[in-house]
Amino acid sequence: MFEASALNRKNETRQKLFRFGLGTMTGILILPVVLIMGTLIYKGAPVISFEFLFASPTNGMTAGGIFPALLGTVLLVIVALLASVPLGVAAAIYLSEYAPDNWFTRAINLAIINLAGVPSIVHALFGVGAFVIFFKFGTSILAASLTLAIMTLPVVIVATRESLQAVPMAFREACWNMGATRWQTIRRVVLPNAITGILTGVILEVSRTAGETAPIMFTGAAFFLPLLPQTVFDQTMALSLHLFVVSTQVPGMPEQLPFGVALVLISMVLLMNSLSIALRMYLRGKKKW
Amino acid sequence: MERQSTGAVAGVDSSFDQLNRDWYIDKAVQILVFLGGISAIVFIIGIFIFISKEGFGFLVGDFNFREFFFSPNWRPTSESRETFGILALIAGTASVTGLAMLIAIPFSLGAAIFIAEFASGKTREFLKVTVELLAAIPSVVWGFIGLAIMNPVIIQTFDVPVGLNVLNAGVILGLMAAPIMTSIAEDALKAVPDRYREAAEAMGATRWQVIYKVVLPAAKNGLLGAVLLGVGRGFGETMAVLMATGHSINIPTSVFDSVRALTATIAAELGETAAGSSHYQALFTIGIFLFVITFIINLAADLIVRGIRKG
Repeated sequence: MFEASALNRKNETRQKLFRFGLGTMTGILILPVVLIMGTLIYKGAPVISFEFLFASPTNGMTAGGIFPALLGTVLLVIVALLASVPLGVAAAIYLSEYAPDNWFTRAINLAIINLAGVPSIVHALFGVGAFVIFFKFGTSILAASLTLAIMTLPVVIVATRESLQAVPMAFREACWNMGATRWQTIRRVVLPNAITGILTGVILEVSRTAGETAPIMFTGAAFFLPLLPQTVFDQTMALSLHLFVVSTQVPGMPEQLPFGVALVLISMVLLMNSLSIALRMYLRGKKKW
Repeated sequence: MERQSTGAVAGVDSSFDQLNRDWYIDKAVQILVFLGGISAIVFIIGIFIFISKEGFGFLVGDFNFREFFFSPNWRPTSESRETFGILALIAGTASVTGLAMLIAIPFSLGAAIFIAEFASGKTREFLKVTVELLAAIPSVVWGFIGLAIMNPVIIQTFDVPVGLNVLNAGVILGLMAAPIMTSIAEDALKAVPDRYREAAEAMGATRWQVIYKVVLPAAKNGLLGAVLLGVGRGFGETMAVLMATGHSINIPTSVFDSVRALTATIAAELGETAAGSSHYQALFTIGIFLFVITFIINLAADLIVRGIRKG
């Protein structure tokens, strides 16, 4: 039999110590956030009611609901998706199915990384310079949504590219051997096998788009509007900006109300992300190759 | 990309192609997706061109290199003499990002090592999902947390008059950046081949020795890339620092000083300036500065991470 030497025992203790230390660090990282979420729910939940979700703000936003902001966020997300999903999927198809491995493709990948890394306020400046002023959209849903679309484009591209590349090469080869063109192969074989993966990316993008504030501040979101937007050239309220406004800009705000707004926003975002994660796990369980 | 997608049809004489409808559709789609592919490059160049265009008037006019980078006086609306010095704003951004990284780097690397090398099964899955969800919390919510939850806590704990300061924003930003750094660092650790670990364990190394002597050196570049991306993220963060720093122009001497960040200055002032004024153009010039710095950080991170793949 083996007898544990002093060195073995020392190593053993050290190992346990490190494991414990690292586990504690992980816990310290997560615990405050759990406490914060608890506080948000504790203070925000009493505010939320049917009326809060479906009424307009009243009394200089110190009372009433958040419906115009909620609707505005939904509109911004829809218009942004209409622009970025086709573009992002096309870009991902190019990168996964067509792009050769050369400097130009590397430049595209670097541009994607940078698009994701540029500060959100710089995207806002771009939105002002390009969409509001140069293309003369004014401060409007269209300008804000296009700014958001460009900002979140990398999310769609990366998720779609990954799910396209997860489709085995043999599937494509089999299809080519039958005389299919490259596009026929992509449409009939590659995309149907990757569609759930693409969907997880789109849901993630919805979550990102709904939470962004800085890019829409000067491009189309307003602090307060008495009327709901009628066309994409109108300004709109948005939930993320509404949280900023009610928590910093309005004197005499009841303490509870911003907590309610924050809770609605964060629930929306986390729900979307959970959905995306659940879909991904379901997909992983189903895959046979 | 290992897969050479052109390879499968290369060498086939294209005169075999039938110029029928499907052939034309195929070509049209190829052009369309190529346009999608280059869109990212077009947008990056577009961002640079459009913010430069708006900031150009300031750069050739009132811009004074020494004043801009070395004067702590940001008084764009002064009646007597406007000054555009961003030193205090740089100090604000640097102090907050620095404190955030001091918190985020050790904890997120520790958490990444724990998740990648120690945790297994359900625990691992749970931690990964939690980290992913934490990364998704919008920055305006973090700002609100700084304002409504951290602020009173800091005032009570440290007995200071104002709780919106470097400490508040640094902690908030640290908590924000940590999940992203954790998941990138974890990917880097997972990219180290298992046969390295097996070889070391076969030599009698303990788990910690394997990590310390084998896995960490092998994943060094990926981890550095994760840290850099975290720095870039902290540097460019806007809403959270706008709401949690206290927003007063200061070169901080302690963590309890209120400061103002570069990003937050643009967010707070752009709405109040007239398009085309010096103030407006100066804000776009800050934007150019931010763009260039984040571009360099991202480029460096990419080159470092690429370094491992080349071997």
